[in-house]
Formats: sequence, C-alpha cells, structure tokens
Amino acid sequence: MKFQFESLQGFLWMSGHGPYVWACYVITALALTYLLLSPVIKRRALMADLKRQARVREHEMRHQTS
Amino acid sequence: MSAREPQERVSLQAQPLATPGIGAGFWATLRRDVLIAFRHRGEMANPIMFLLMVITMVPLGISPESAVLANLAPGMIWVVALLATLLSLDGLFRSDFEDGSLEQLLMSPQPLYFQVLAKVLVHWLVTGLPLTVMAPILGVMLSLPSAGYGPLMASLLLGTGCLSLIGAIGAALTVALRKGGILISLIIMPLYVPVLIFGASAVTSAIDGFPMSGQLAVLGAFLALSVILAPLAAAGALRISVNG
Amino acid sequence: MAWQWFHRLGSPRWFFEKTNAWIPWLAAISISLLIVGAVWGLAFAPADMKQGNSYRIIYIHVPASFLALAGYYTMAISGAIGLIWKMKLADMVMKSAAPIGAVLTFVALITGAVWGKPTWGTWWVWDARITSMLVLFFLYLGVIALQEAYQNQDTANKASAILALVGTVNIPIIYKSVDWWYTLHQPATIKFTSESTIHPTMLYPLLVMVVGFYVFYALVLLMRTRTEILSREKKTRWVQELAVKT
Repeated sequence: MKFQFESLQGFLWMSGHGPYVWACYVITALALTYLLLSPVIKRRALMADLKRQARVREHEMRHQTS
Repeated sequence: MSAREPQERVSLQAQPLATPGIGAGFWATLRRDVLIAFRHRGEMANPIMFLLMVITMVPLGISPESAVLANLAPGMIWVVALLATLLSLDGLFRSDFEDGSLEQLLMSPQPLYFQVLAKVLVHWLVTGLPLTVMAPILGVMLSLPSAGYGPLMASLLLGTGCLSLIGAIGAALTVALRKGGILISLIIMPLYVPVLIFGASAVTSAIDGFPMSGQLAVLGAFLALSVILAPLAAAGALRISVNG
Repeated sequence: MAWQWFHRLGSPRWFFEKTNAWIPWLAAISISLLIVGAVWGLAFAPADMKQGNSYRIIYIHVPASFLALAGYYTMAISGAIGLIWKMKLADMVMKSAAPIGAVLTFVALITGAVWGKPTWGTWWVWDARITSMLVLFFLYLGVIALQEAYQNQDTANKASAILALVGTVNIPIIYKSVDWWYTLHQPATIKFTSESTIHPTMLYPLLVMVVGFYVFYALVLLMRTRTEILSREKKTRWVQELAVKT
C-alpha cells in the first residue's frame, strides 16, 4: 500500500484523466449529499409546520377561555 | 297434484340467476366493443392516418434517397407503429370508465381477466391489425427492400399483439387520471424495448439474407407471456384505479 | 412468537421508534466506508495497465450500478408486500425507494458517460450495459411519475406497486434483449466490456465501496421512510407531540 502519485499535482492531474475522475467523484458526492439531506430538510419543514399549528391551536384555546 | 304444488313453488323461488359461462362473458364483451368501435369508424382510422403522416415526415426530414430510406425503413416503421399504438391506448378503458360501464364490468361475476382480454383483443383488431395490413404501403413509401415485406408483416402481426397487451396495463393504471395520455407513454415505453428490438431485427435480418425465425419465435414467446400475464396485471390495476 | 416482529411492522409508529437508534450507526458506518474506499481507490490502488487512472471511476460506477438494480427490486418487493398484506409501512418504503433508486441510476449513467470519454473517446456509446441502465432509469421515472399523478396517496402507492412489479418481470427480458441487440450491432473495435480478472489490490477498495454504498442505501431509505411516516401520520397525537418536543 503506497501513495501512487509523486506529487499532489500529479494526484489531481492523474496523467490527463484527472478531470474525468474528479468530475465523477464530485457528481457522486453531490448526489449522495442530496439523498442524505433531502429527507432531513423535508422532516424539519414538516415538524416546524406542525409546531406552528400546535402553537396556533394553543393560542386560540387561551383566547376562548379568557 | 296439490301435493306437488308447494314443491314447485319452492323450486321456483330457489331458481338461481342465470350465470353465463366464461366464454359467454368473453364473447359478450367482445361483441359489444367491436360494435362500439365500428360505430366510431372515424376514430378507428386515426392511428392509421397518424402512421401515414409520420412516415411522410421521414423523407422530408432526413433524405428522399431510397438507399438511406431503405436502411431506416424497418426500424422506422416499427417505432412509428409503437407510437401509434401508444396514442390509441388512452381510449382503451376511458370511455367505459366515464360512462360507468367499467364499474359494472368490475362487479360482474365473470373473471375480469377474460373481460380485459376481450377488450384488448378488440383494441388490437382496430389498431394492431390495420397497422399490420398497412405496413406494405409504408414499406413502399420508405423503399423497403422486397425481402422485407413478409417479415415486416409477420413481426408486426405478433408484435402489435404484445404492444396492445402490455399497453393495457398502462391504460388501466391511468384510467382514473384526467391527464392520462402522456403518462401512459412514459410508463409503458420502457416495457416495449424488447418487442421493438426483436421486431425490427426480424425485418433487418431477413433483408440481409439471414434467417428470421428465431426473432419471430421470441416475439411469439413474448406474445404468449403477455397473453398470460398482462390481462392479470391490467385487471388488478383496474380494480385499484377505479375503486381506490 | 417468531412472527411477532412481522405483525409489529404493521405499526409505523413502532417502526419509527425502533429505528431511532439505528440512524447514527448506519451513518457512521456508511460514511466512513465510503471515505476509506474513495481515498483508497483514488490514491492508493495501482493504476490500470490499459486504462491508466481513468479506471478509478469504477469505484463509484460499479456500486451505483449494483444499487440501481437492487433498488428496483427493493422497491418492487416492498410494493408487493404492501399489495398482498396491505401493510402501510411497505407502501412507504416503496414510495421512498423510487427517488433514491432513480438518483443512483442517474449517477451510474453519468459516471459511465464520463468514463466513456477517456476510454472510448465519446461521451455516449450505445453499449449494452449503458442502454439497459438508461431503460432502468426510464422505468424509475415512470414509477415516480405515476406516483405523483394520483391525488390519493393510497391509490398512488398501489398503482405504482403494480407498475414496479410489471417492471420487475420485464427487467430480465429487457436486459437479455438489449444484450442480444448489442452483440448484433457491436462494432468490432470495442471490446471493453469483456470481464477481465481484477487484481486484489484493485478489488479490495471496490468491495469496501460496494459495502459502503449498500449501507448508505439502507441509511437513506430508512431516513426517507421515517420522514414519510411522519408526514403520513401528522394528524396523530404521537407525531404532534414529537413536533412540539423538538
């Protein structure tokens, strides 16, 4: 097991294939990040919505009693 | 005499409703749909006209040279036949759904499988069969080599049956949707890939002088498989999309 | 007794609470595997004799392709469970699996195309595998489109489950047909797809990546399903209480 490239420059360039390889990894990273974040974002929005509704309900209840 | 009378009355009361056999139900649906299709003869011609017009666009869009057209002809005719079938699919169950007779069909004691099969058969009779009969004219328009005519008709005869059967699943899944038309194409077209491959290839290999019985056999196998499975899936889909 | 867990799965709430603790574990395992595999594959695996460094794309292309197909079967099987046993949770899993599978199929397609540029000289070749992958992508899009078209969520799930099942019957036929079609039209010069024996030093990072992708798939499927549970059960008391607590 050893580092296959002489320098960081060589690692990024990969003797000409660098742009293709890195493009693939970046696209995949973006796609996986999307998959990871989208349910979290949706869940946060849903929970915030429910919380707001609960607060509105509570507010109305207090007004009715007073 | 008087002793027999009550017994007779009992037997009269217990008379069951006449339940026609599976065959009778199949024929009734078939006859009804053929009649309806025949009364809308104008609509029947629409897929054919579509086919003719699209085939006219091909030389206009690509080249009138017969060598170029002959090369494209088998695949082009097959692709356009596929599109014409897709366009006609939306009407397969829609009018029955709108006037409520589809619900009657679902409630009938007949197995839905055979009813769907009858409907698909009629759909094939008014689209697939005319397409097959028309195919030689399209072949002439695209200067198809003479060795290709028989195989083209044979492959379309088997293939359009598959197209109607598989398409029925899509029509059943989207019947309750108002904008079903384009959705059918989206969900069904990927499933048409094998039929297209073997159908067009039968014609091409016959033109190139190779045997095409293998491709036709595969198309026949597809047809057998879809006769067995597609009406089942379509029947299940109808129950879901009509009853929720 | 043995079947108790299966019946419990009928309760989305039970599933939601049960899986709460799994998320951090799955996240830690999958992300570390993916990072280890990617660094190993990018920097430490030896370059390929014929393809040079461009083959390093294999470390994402192959796992993504595996999961594109496995994802379709996951979707179809959970759809079938939903249809047969009327299990709500299975419907939710099916609905969540569709977009994940579509994204992974898209990744497989894109990485295949980008890989094609240095190896074949063009972005797109009608290679058997790429074509099958494209058809698979269309199948996913069909399921998603049908899912979106229905207003009633229950009907949407049942209808797309049927479509997914029909697709499952078709996938082997489509793959075989496209394979056959490709051998018919294959240009003689391209002989890239022939399976060559892969050296262990190149194989180990690939295995790490494949396992990493599988765990990652489980993670995002679980997360999506849990979000789906919350959104479907938002009228119930337990979800509302959960919302107030957060």
